[in-house]
Amino acid sequence: MEDPSPSKVVLLACGSFNPITNMHLRMFELARDHLEDTGQYRVIKGIISPVGDAYKKKGLIESCHRVEMVRLATESSGWITVDSWESQQSEWLETVKVVRHHYEEIIAAEHNKDDVDTVKHAKKRRIEEKRFESSDQNKKRDAPHLMLLCGADVLESFETPNLWKKEDIAEIVGRYGLVCITRSGGDPHKFINQSDELWKYRTNIHVVHEWVTNDISATHVRRALRRGRSVRYLLPDSVISYIQEHGLYSAESEQKNADVILAPFQRYSEASTS
Amino acid sequence: MASRRVPLVLLACGSFNPITNQHMRLFELARDHMQSTGQYKVVGGIVSPVSDGYGKQGLVSAKHRISMAKLALQSSNWVTVDEWESQQPDWTETVVTMRYHYGQILEEYKRSTGKHNDSSNPAPQLKLLCGADFLHTFKIPGLWLEDHLEELVKHFGLVCVSRGSLQPERAVHESDTLFRHRQNIFLVREWVRNETSATEVRRALRRGLSVKYLIPDPVIEYIHQHNLYTEDSEKRNEGTALRPLIKQAHQPIKSLDD
Repeated sequence: MEDPSPSKVVLLACGSFNPITNMHLRMFELARDHLEDTGQYRVIKGIISPVGDAYKKKGLIESCHRVEMVRLATESSGWITVDSWESQQSEWLETVKVVRHHYEEIIAAEHNKDDVDTVKHAKKRRIEEKRFESSDQNKKRDAPHLMLLCGADVLESFETPNLWKKEDIAEIVGRYGLVCITRSGGDPHKFINQSDELWKYRTNIHVVHEWVTNDISATHVRRALRRGRSVRYLLPDSVISYIQEHGLYSAESEQKNADVILAPFQRYSEASTS
Repeated sequence: MASRRVPLVLLACGSFNPITNQHMRLFELARDHMQSTGQYKVVGGIVSPVSDGYGKQGLVSAKHRISMAKLALQSSNWVTVDEWESQQPDWTETVVTMRYHYGQILEEYKRSTGKHNDSSNPAPQLKLLCGADFLHTFKIPGLWLEDHLEELVKHFGLVCVSRGSLQPERAVHESDTLFRHRQNIFLVREWVRNETSATEVRRALRRGLSVKYLIPDPVIEYIHQHNLYTEDSEKRNEGTALRPLIKQAHQPIKSLDD
């Protein structure tokens, strides 16, 4: 604790959260423990950002429900919150744009904090510096870092054709940073080593080992719900009650977007043909 | 509800040091599975923490393990904690614990049915609920008496939740006793890999790492309040032989009729 001043970190998780499970929440706990254990970081906040309905994933239910379930699930957490900005966009947004948005929000909040005590000149000067450097993320001394929190599968999806733009990966990993939770099976280090792109930014990729396998996928939860099986202890009780109250996951809801192409594939294949 | 379904109570024995979400998950999976057979109606679940006499390394006192299990099961409307086994001064054979609970269940049943013993009201059964690793304890020499194992699978029955491997099938195949009573052994597949063990939870707690979402919040609070799992607590019973290994070593193998 005598360490001069660890950098503040905000963790951002993007995804469907259809529905949120204990595994999603667990990832935040693991990431925070890992980052703080390095002595270099202090995790001050976690943000869960459910994707908008325009993502068009099969079985994706309305974002208002997905956001509300995350809100219920994070009620007992002292540091994890839900943000509905991404889910309210009418079109699907590239993850990098979501990351940029949240970084701007963080910087704006820092400014407001500084503006409050206008007495201190030093702080005023810092604000000037910030304005000057505002495009140069994570370089400022006391502005929090923003890192994208994800499972190892996301890291591996970087290689899926037409899912990610190269420059987006470079910005997310190079400018912001990635915290990647890995299940006992995978070896992200190997994956990073085999990708020239990721290897360039390897110091910005924090790999966290999850020793306790806790592989509760939302797909599994939906399947169990459709079949009338218990999902207790896989997700918070409050979320289960919400699902039951609104009759959320059924054979019918699973057919949503059944024959629709995922938004990113649509966009990037259009781009490559035009 | 088909009236001829057999009422079933599931009993889980173990350290519960501490109880985890995974323990409670076993009950949910077992209930779904047993009800889907069409033969049973699961009417209750019992968590029975082992007594301090068990001598397992790192076992904190039964008083705490009971309190934690109670907190964890507050939100369940069908699984409860029973203190009987934990209050025995010595370790109790699992079969003996089952006999006790079955006695309680039958008494209750007789009280509720009176003298009318019609077939629309079949007698309840009691089965032992366990994880996949449990079947392997049958192979550890000295841990189980052959008669006990026989009584367990013949008289009561077993519901075993596996984690997606064929280990339980193999264990049944490799034991003549288990194989003979295979109709009374129900194997439940868990498709979600969820390997939260109490050992891992204690390890994380000793190291000051988060265990949130692995065990219920009230249990976490209780652990912190009483500072339960530390490097010191983990050394408890270190080097001590497990009580069953000692107790049964001095017992003639066919001393069952009591």
